[in-house]
Amino acid sequence: MTKPVEDGVITDAKKRYSAGVLKYKQMGYWQPDYVPKDTDVIALFRVTPQEGVDPEEAAAAIAGESSTATWTVVWTDRLTACELYRAKAYRVDQVPNTGEGTRTEAQFFCWIAYDLDLFEEGSIANLTASIIGNVFGFKAVKALRLEDMRLPVAYLKTFQGPATGIVVERERLDKFGRPLLGATTKPKLGLSGRNYGRVVYEALKGGLDFVKDDENINSQPFMGWRDRFLYCMEAVNRASAATGEVKGHYLNVTAGTMEDMYERADFARALGSAIIMIDLVVGYTAIQSMAKWARKNDVILHLHRAGNSTYSRQKNHGMNFRVICKWMRMAGVDHIHAGTVVGKLEGDPLMIKGFYDTLRESDTPMALENGLFFDQDWASLRRVMPVASGGIHAGQMHQLIHYLGEDVVLQFGGGTIGHPQGIQAGATANRVALEAMIQARNEGRDYLNEGPQILAEAARWCSPLKAALDTWGDISFNYASTDTADFVPTATAA
Amino acid sequence: MMTNTGNRLTQGQFSFLPPLTDEQISKQLSFALDKGWSIGIEYTDDPHPRNTYWEMFGNPMFDLKDPAGILMEINNCRRTFPHHYIRVTAFDATRGWETPRMSYIVNRPEKEPGFRLNRQEVDGRMIRYSVESYAATRPEGERYP
Repeated sequence: MTKPVEDGVITDAKKRYSAGVLKYKQMGYWQPDYVPKDTDVIALFRVTPQEGVDPEEAAAAIAGESSTATWTVVWTDRLTACELYRAKAYRVDQVPNTGEGTRTEAQFFCWIAYDLDLFEEGSIANLTASIIGNVFGFKAVKALRLEDMRLPVAYLKTFQGPATGIVVERERLDKFGRPLLGATTKPKLGLSGRNYGRVVYEALKGGLDFVKDDENINSQPFMGWRDRFLYCMEAVNRASAATGEVKGHYLNVTAGTMEDMYERADFARALGSAIIMIDLVVGYTAIQSMAKWARKNDVILHLHRAGNSTYSRQKNHGMNFRVICKWMRMAGVDHIHAGTVVGKLEGDPLMIKGFYDTLRESDTPMALENGLFFDQDWASLRRVMPVASGGIHAGQMHQLIHYLGEDVVLQFGGGTIGHPQGIQAGATANRVALEAMIQARNEGRDYLNEGPQILAEAARWCSPLKAALDTWGDISFNYASTDTADFVPTATAA
Repeated sequence: MMTNTGNRLTQGQFSFLPPLTDEQISKQLSFALDKGWSIGIEYTDDPHPRNTYWEMFGNPMFDLKDPAGILMEINNCRRTFPHHYIRVTAFDATRGWETPRMSYIVNRPEKEPGFRLNRQEVDGRMIRYSVESYAATRPEGERYP
């Protein structure tokens, strides 16, 4: 410990690189004057510093630990262009409604810029090993959350992006101008292959576009994967012939090894399946591999976000789901579960708008009220179709379309299979509700407010819809969200 | 006769609703025109789910912005092909889309016999499926009397 304890950057090289421990700020990881380059990756962290650690030092420490630093000075830095490789924390703002006088201890937003040369092209694994690597266990911060990232166009261009994308998926399915309809087979575990396919057939023939395996349906004692694939494709083809429409079933190819996943995906393709699925828990590299496979084989790739809430739900630590949305668009999935607003799972309307925009738009401007901290140009990466699933039903159709728009898959699992008149009737109720609402929206009606009336009008000639509304019309899930915006939209002078 | 809900082909945005009236069609046309999309009219007597290229009843009407004029064309097409499927498609030329944004059926034959599912058992338990329209086994133009 030969260094003086001071805050300023040490510019004298000999002093800077003599052995010992320095503050991260002194080492050059805090540069308030730094202007990020267009080619920099920028990360925005929410930091809760340990007591006695000032926020700028905490930000510098995060910049250091997520780029070149280690706990002590190393002379080998001088063999490199270390100033370029050092990440630069350049801005720290206190998070609104935290710190003294509030119920939450002080938190800070920290902006950190990373030079493009720190990252290997086309590798989410490499990006994340830095950005959410060791740094999350770092003792100088009590809690840390990755809130958002700005990905430069130059970097995005090294990623394949969605294998299919919304435009091509719709052309392939011949379905335009309305949300797609899906359902997850229930019960999620225990059905035999033959019984499982029955649910798929009934739901597709009744009017759904897709049925879906659940995240934890892989190849268990009660149903092996080959049986499931064979029976599901019988159901898909039967339903297609019965309706004259293209139909699909997301065959879950998640497995213990890549070799197993490829084997299952190849079988799905050989059977003529339009779409396969994987779970987020397979990991970033496996997801990128399957996205390449899907692009090469003209198969749509659905991603179930199993596991995300273990790190995305709590506001002070982990990472925001919008970052997962960005990484998954880069990694190349075509579908991702992104919240329902009105269903049974976590989801604040403003936050979900941020996720959906991130997945679907070609440019997303900064929108703090939606949790978007940066302007983001998506560099023509294809659009990802968000999927809304979990506790939604036909009686919410006006709200679903209002909040989620038309480029979305609405998945009514219980809301189809639990219908009192049977699965086909459940599917028909959902499809009629959807088409009636899209028609009303396009006609310029105030469909959000008149929604219940529009549904009641359609239910007069559609008894399955009437039964659905009678059964579930009043069901709603009103709980406060844990992941909410830190900023409220304010009126601006015209 | 098809045995699904409504006993009909369910392609398009509005096949689960009662047939659209001319007034309802006009409102959908206005919606598309307000978005800057161009309307095309297409017809077929081969409604196979993979038959992408229905016959065009003229090119998409890029320069026609009046729903009444487009409705006249739709009705012309209906008079010319009363027993065919006719669909209205709205094309969006915006960068990043450049694809149909709407598509709905506005005319269909009175009787829709539907499709046969052919199964060819191949190796293992694999089955090669093909869907075949009952009507399309007859020559073009004679399929839906």
